[in-house]
Amino acid sequence: MNQPVTFFIDGQVIQGQPGQTILEAAQDARVYIPRLCYREGLSNFGACRVCTVLVNDKPVAACTTPITEGMMIENDTERVQNYRKDLIDMLFVEGNHFCMFCEKSGNCELQALAYRFRIPAPKYLFQFPQREIDASHPDIFIDRNRCILCGRCVRASKELDGKNVFQFVGRGTEKRIAVNADQLSDTDAVVTDQAMDACPVGAILKKHIGYTIPVGKRVYDHQPIGADIEDSAVASDT
Amino acid sequence: MNETLQDTVTRICSSFSGDRSRLMDVVQAVHDECGHVPRPAMEMIAQELGISRVEVESLISFYSFYTDQPQGQVVIRLCNDIVDRMSGMDRVAQAFSAELGIGFGQTTPDGTISLMYTPCIGMSDQGPAALINDVVVTNLSSDSAREIVQELKLHLDPTRLIKHLGDGNNAHELIQAMVNNNIRLKGDMLFSVINRGEALNKALNISPMEVIRAVKTARLRGRGGAGFPAGMKWEYTRAAKGDKKYVMCNADEGEPGTFKDRVLLTELPDRVFAGMTIAGYAIGAEEGILYLRQEYAYLKEFLENVLQKRRGDGLLGQNVMGKEGFNFNIRIQMGAGAYVCGEETALISSCEGLRGDPKNRPPFPAQKGYLGYPTIVNNVETLCCVTKILELGPASFNEQGTERSAGTKLLSISGDCKLPGIYEVPLGIELSEVLKMAGAEDAIAVQVGGASGQMVAPEDFNRHICFDDLSTGGSIMVFGAQRNILEIVHTFMDFFVEESCGYCTPCRVGNQLLRQRLELIMEGKGEPADLENLEELCQTVKTCSRCGLGQTSPNPILSTLKHFRPVYEAMVQEEKDGFQPAFDLRESLAVSERIIGRQSVHVHS
Repeated sequence: MNQPVTFFIDGQVIQGQPGQTILEAAQDARVYIPRLCYREGLSNFGACRVCTVLVNDKPVAACTTPITEGMMIENDTERVQNYRKDLIDMLFVEGNHFCMFCEKSGNCELQALAYRFRIPAPKYLFQFPQREIDASHPDIFIDRNRCILCGRCVRASKELDGKNVFQFVGRGTEKRIAVNADQLSDTDAVVTDQAMDACPVGAILKKHIGYTIPVGKRVYDHQPIGADIEDSAVASDT
Repeated sequence: MNETLQDTVTRICSSFSGDRSRLMDVVQAVHDECGHVPRPAMEMIAQELGISRVEVESLISFYSFYTDQPQGQVVIRLCNDIVDRMSGMDRVAQAFSAELGIGFGQTTPDGTISLMYTPCIGMSDQGPAALINDVVVTNLSSDSAREIVQELKLHLDPTRLIKHLGDGNNAHELIQAMVNNNIRLKGDMLFSVINRGEALNKALNISPMEVIRAVKTARLRGRGGAGFPAGMKWEYTRAAKGDKKYVMCNADEGEPGTFKDRVLLTELPDRVFAGMTIAGYAIGAEEGILYLRQEYAYLKEFLENVLQKRRGDGLLGQNVMGKEGFNFNIRIQMGAGAYVCGEETALISSCEGLRGDPKNRPPFPAQKGYLGYPTIVNNVETLCCVTKILELGPASFNEQGTERSAGTKLLSISGDCKLPGIYEVPLGIELSEVLKMAGAEDAIAVQVGGASGQMVAPEDFNRHICFDDLSTGGSIMVFGAQRNILEIVHTFMDFFVEESCGYCTPCRVGNQLLRQRLELIMEGKGEPADLENLEELCQTVKTCSRCGLGQTSPNPILSTLKHFRPVYEAMVQEEKDGFQPAFDLRESLAVSERIIGRQSVHVHS
């Protein structure tokens, strides 16, 4: 039998299973660590850095760092939350995000994080990049303006769909999502692929269903992102 | 009969046994034969290696020496690092451009010659320099640039551009380069006479654990910049479980202003390979890979030949030096132009035929490295130190240097100094002493540790070069009174934006924002609060970035903000009229004014 691993998040004693990452073990203990590129069921990626925590004062990504006995983790402190705010800001100004008429509004993890962190407007200068869209596929639409390069589609296609529809090309500021053909309609992508549900923002959208969920019934209309994880804490405490 | 593209690709792929992990070599070979990788070839490569086309595209688009677009038979890559700029790169660039009739990033209309910039090619001591295909041309002037173009137009053969050969092995028949070693100070460690095979022989006569103990006793720390104790790295890797283990030598010397590995590879290749072999024996590896940056491709044939000789002499291969059961071989893996591949996990990715993205840690390479096997990655100089330690004993190594920074270090000094070149000095030496040796007493600033290092002001020239104070992988760039600190920092930021792999948010976006903020300040559009904002952004990038690149890229800004603050303060002004200086109302309204066809009365009245 595996001995549980005892560690601390912001002073709270937490027990996790050996092999779990900080993010997973925290989640099991109903402590929410903000994240974007992490998605349950996919391999851990460590790209967005929004889940940055301090372990014994050293910054690490909670989604890729395994828990160890006695670890002292700083999560919900002003310093750490400020880093995360900066990262969220960066993602907003890097692309061209237009929440007010984006189909993903209300269901978007990036937008929801901005609300959770009470960011009214990004503090950095907008970069206004020129990005390509791909509307070739009858059922799927790719808008790179809204892409945050989290790689969830890349991993979902490979790991869950057994395909290789998406990959990163270019590097640095030129880095972007590419498809395994000249355009999406020439690939083996279908709308039922799990990759098409993996996008945290409005970069991969299903056609024909835009705006079908009314305001008030969208995922983050009533509760901030992460509340489901924290809420269950309330439920079990009472 | 002409071979079809398909035949070419099939032949190349089968020469690498259709091994997906050799994608770098496959792409390189196709590139060499076709001048680029045509898109149909990507599909064919993917078919042959059993991967998808977009994975091939992903790799090609990562490395700056690869392209899917046709380019000239001759490609001129002019080095645009800060030191080359200071030694007249602009005039050379203009001459190339004018004589070719094209701009940078373009190819002549007849499709024969392409012109582009490239970051530091490891020739800062003899710049301005350029790579013309694999051929290095140094000490360029506008005249020599024009002559080069005129000659190339006649024969398109870069090798014929070399009129005189450099010193030492640069004149070797397999190198034939005009590069000079510029060895200014030979210490008694690295440049003493060695007996080929002696260090290896001594190592093989003791147990692997004793070899590791010797390296630990010598207190050898990694020479690439990070300074991790080499013996400890070896010990972890030896202890790690794995059917196979690997030794990698990091010869991806890309830190701007560093060129000491170039000289070691040219003059002491046997020592480098002996170091790898000793490491292999110590950790229980049978294979070593030397990752050679593409910029040093001119050394490849020579190094291959050294390896061949070592195999012939029993210094590599089965039962090395008669040591029963110890088999070790070394292959050279070419890089393709990506600074980030100097980061050890990115280097491993590249060797695996992937984009040069760093890997998540843990697991560390010592546990899971190349192809998932325990791997050590050591710098060229570190491995040279190993041979010395085995040859003369740990005590002779650490009698120089300090307690925590044992031994000597090779410095590559360049910039505003009379004697640029290689200096072997004991660690712990005062910076001022080094500057005196190089004829750089008039320096107003010295960048120690390359672009990712720090800018040191004259009041700190009494600091010490060692792992605990001014740490450097070798780069020392000297700046005189005529230089503009902000322009230097801006050049470094350009470099980081260009070289960030783009994997993580803080490095990909943060460096872009840092550069932009710096530009606004340089244009006089900054306000005092911007200096604090800049500092804060630097901290976020440093703290949150995934690998050493982003963790160090803000250093030039941070260290100049600290030590050269008046330079920044002179450029910023308090906001006026409630508008931020960076905000240009007139410019911001221009587009809407054009669309509606009239001017705003508020702005133009």
